[in-house]
This record gives sequence, C-alpha cells and structure tokens, in this order.
Amino acid sequence: MNTFAKARSKWVGVALIAIALIALPFALASVGTAWVRIANFAILYTFLALGLNIVVGFAGLLDLGYIAFYAVGAYAYALLASPHFGLHLPFWVILPIGGLVACVFGVLLGTPTLKLRGDYLAIVTLGFGEIVRIFLNNLSRPINITNGPQGISRIDPFRFGSFNFSRSETIFGLTFSGPIKYYYILLALLLLAILVNLRLQHSRIGRAWEAIREDEIAARAMGINTTHIKLLAFAMGASFGGIAGGMFAAIQEFISPESFVLVESVMVLSMVVLGGMGNVWGVVLGAVLLSFVPELLRYTVAPVQHALFGRTIIEPEVIRMLLFGLALVLMMLYRPAGLLPSAVRKRELARTNGSAE
Amino acid sequence: MRHLEVAYGGIKAVKGIDLSVPKGELVCLIGTNGAGKTTTLKAIAGMLPVAADAVLYDGAPIGGLRAFQLVRRGLALVPEGRGVFGQLTVAENLAMGAYVRSDAAAVKLDMERVFNLFPRLAERRGQSAGTLSGGEQQMLAIGRALMSRPKLLLLDEPSMGLAPLMVQKIFETIRAVAREGVTILLVEQNARLALEASSRGYVMETGLITLSGPARELLSDSKVRAAYLGETD
Repeated sequence: MNTFAKARSKWVGVALIAIALIALPFALASVGTAWVRIANFAILYTFLALGLNIVVGFAGLLDLGYIAFYAVGAYAYALLASPHFGLHLPFWVILPIGGLVACVFGVLLGTPTLKLRGDYLAIVTLGFGEIVRIFLNNLSRPINITNGPQGISRIDPFRFGSFNFSRSETIFGLTFSGPIKYYYILLALLLLAILVNLRLQHSRIGRAWEAIREDEIAARAMGINTTHIKLLAFAMGASFGGIAGGMFAAIQEFISPESFVLVESVMVLSMVVLGGMGNVWGVVLGAVLLSFVPELLRYTVAPVQHALFGRTIIEPEVIRMLLFGLALVLMMLYRPAGLLPSAVRKRELARTNGSAE
Repeated sequence: MRHLEVAYGGIKAVKGIDLSVPKGELVCLIGTNGAGKTTTLKAIAGMLPVAADAVLYDGAPIGGLRAFQLVRRGLALVPEGRGVFGQLTVAENLAMGAYVRSDAAAVKLDMERVFNLFPRLAERRGQSAGTLSGGEQQMLAIGRALMSRPKLLLLDEPSMGLAPLMVQKIFETIRAVAREGVTILLVEQNARLALEASSRGYVMETGLITLSGPARELLSDSKVRAAYLGETD
C-alpha cells in the first residue's frame, strides 16, 4: 500500500513536471519572446552538458575543447543546408550526419590522447578546440569552405514539408511562434538525450567507464578493453556535441567561428561540474541554472541599481562574471561534488568527512 | 614461458628468462626490488608488449595478446598495490571482477563464494573499498580476480605494506585458493612465506633467473638462506 502510494505520487510528480514543461514556452512568451529563445538555448546547453558529462563525468577524461564538436556539428549543418554550397538537405538527414562527423572528430582527438590523463589531456583537448576554431576561421582560402570569419548565413531552419519551424502559426486558436515550435522539438531531443545518458550510466559500458576513471591498470586487469572504451566515450560525447551544433545552426540561421571560443567550452564544463559530475540530473540542473541566471541578471541588475542609486554603477556583464566566480568558489567550499552529486562522489565526500573526525 | 624478454625503451628489464607453472600448482617468483619480477608478471598478463611465442598458455602462444583478451581466457592479475576501485563498494568491486562474464546467476553465486572465503568482506559489502584497511583491500583484490573464474591467478606482492598478522592471513587464503585447483604464480619479496606456500620457486636477480627448483630445496639452499631469508650458517 505504502509503496503503491509512493509510486503513484511519483507519477503525479512526473505528470506535473510534464505539464509545466509543456506550458512553459507560453508562460515565457507572455513575458517576451526573448525568454523563449533563452529557454531554447538552455535546452541546447543542457544537451551539450550531457554530452560532455559522458566524457568528463562517466569516463573521467577532462576535455577542455568540447565546443569544437559543437562547431563541427554546426558547420556540417550549415554547409549542407544553406545557399553557401547551394545544398538544402532536410534536417533529419543532416542532424545525424553532424553527429557522425563530430563522432569521427572525437575519435581523431581520442586516438592520440589515449595515454594521457588529467592536466596533460586537458591541454591537448584545449589545443584541439582552438585548432578547430582557427581552421574554421581560415578555411576561406584558397577554396572557400567555411567563409572565414564572416560565417555562414541564411541557414535553413527545421522544416517538415511546408511546416516551417521558423515561422509563426496559429493552431486551435493558439499562436505558436517560431521559438515555441523549436522549444518542443528541442525538448523532445533533450528527453531522448537524458534517456540515453541514464541508460548508459547503468550499462556495462557505464561500469567500464567507472572502472577506468578509478584505476586504469586495474580496469585492464578486469578484462576491459580500455582503448575501445575510452574512444567510445570520446565518440559518444562528440556525437552529442555535433547534434547540438546542428540544432544551434538551424535556430540561429547564422553561424561564425566566434560562437565557438574557449569560454564556451569552459561554460559547458562549469555546468557539468557545478551540477554534479556523473549525475545526469545534476548536470541538467547545472546547465539550466547557468543558462538562466546570467539572463535574469541581465534583466535585473541595471533596474535594481537605478532604483537604489539612480544610475548604473556596475555593468551587468561585470556583475555576471563576479557572481559566477563567487558561485564557483562557494561551490568548491561547500559542495565540491556539485549541487546533485553522483552516488559515487557522495560516498567519496562522506569518506573525507569521516576521516576528519 | 620461454626466453621471455621485456624492454622498457632501450633498457632490458627482463633479459630472457624461462619459467613454467604447471597446472594446479602454486609457483613463486622471488627476488629483490628491481629484479624484474613485476615486469615479468605484467608481461604474462598482457600489460606489456612481448613476442607472441614468448608466453605459452595451455600450449598456445599468448604473448601478443592484450590483457582484455587474456582475462577471457582465464588469466587474472592481482596488480601490485592492489588497485581496488576506491570509490566503489566492496560488492561493486567484485561485480567489476566479473566484467567479462555474462552469466548473472553464476556471478551471484561466485560472489557468495568470495564472501565465504573472506567473511570480512561480507561484513563490509556495502562499504566503499577505499575505506577498507590494507589487508582487507588485498582480500578484495584477490576476491575480485577470482570473480572472473581464472584458471591461472597472477599475484603481485600480496604482502606489500601489510601488518605481519595480516600477511599470515592473506597467505592462508592464497593456499586455500590453490587448494581449490586454481593455478597460481606468486611474485613476492617475502621469500620465506612464499616458498613455504609454493611447490616450486624461482629466484630472480637483475632480469635473470639465477636459481630454481622445488620450494623445499630452495628453502634449505645456503645461497637463498643468506640472501633472502636473512640467515647465516
């Protein structure tokens, strides 16, 4: 009876969250369409963070150039669906292609770095991220592939026949603006990504990643093919990044190398660390928080200062970085394993506390 | 194994040694620090590259195979320094030992067998391995290796860093495992205990086997007594 009631209340909770997620874009749209866009970007970043979580959280491989895969996916989409080459493939074909291309890049990065760990791996991946960005910036000559720093514009939005995701439409008296339509498809893809992550974590591969993260020699002694398993982490993480990149290109309808700078990699990594490395729900929470809070600040910092002092003393941008730094320091002090730590890291924390007694 | 050579970069750490472990026996390899014992063991376990025909197992050359392939053939290594997964629980560590197996029901039974062999681990099955004492971690490392149902168990310095009483205990369990029919190659610095537990022994010095024979004879050998057992006639 008790367990039955528990299961029922769990389902009620899920249903409530589902209703909230479905209603969210309309609530946001009533404040301003900009907020729907912000929600869409929050979903994109969550998707990215989940991909990076496979590499960093599950397999324990520090990747500082993750945004490169996002770039690869975005450019794959842009080149195959824009007037730049005159190609206009449908999005359901290009998104998987983008994922695949990014996957190849993941293996390209993974193969030479198999023997590296920690700081060394971080430096190589950081370099990789920069190399990809610089290539994108310069591949406009002698043959114009990426259009250099000008980027690629007029990228096709998502389209199903005549159903265009960038246009506004009224169905049953409800106005679905472009961003709202994107919101639903992004949300659906995100749920899929969360499902894949959860399944991976408890799979045989997930356990192998855990073993490698803990002790690579011992993992090999267990019969784990560490080479394959590590490459798999890079490849899967990269695919997530590639697919997210494709969605980004479609939503923005314009991309340039500027969108794929190091700070973006750091941002995604912060989401993973802040939320809780290795815990899928923690990563989701971290990504959502780090996507929304800066925007909230952007809209509140200036008016609050005006109300208090009659003028803007500190720019919102400055306050944002200040608070971000403060938040990270506080996190490291009070919740070093993240807001929602994974079970394993929670145990590790309990251990250090225990030995301090 | 015949004429095994292992080199790190340009330096030969193991300079052509011959050593054989008959089925069902406990054989030990003793020697001082840096003699090449661990290197030998790692080479057998597929952690270091060696020539294909340098290692024979069940009559088949396995020298070129990698660790993950060898575990599936029944070789299990208990690495030096134990290498338990510190943040995983005792039970999760044991489950990881059965990574190559897919027979879940039998794995469960084997876990109970390991818990019978090491009652201390059973008490702590939900505890994370990093919180165990050194001896308990060694038990866990051996138990974990047994979870892959090995035919040949390679033990690297199981007594390292343990209290004397715990060393006695570990050796009792090694004998118990050997009695169950598992072939064991034991690498040890504690020569007396290793030789007392084994049927055959090899003595290694700077990459070469300098002495070998039945363990009993080595125990009474004057050179071994002087160099490794700390006795003078």
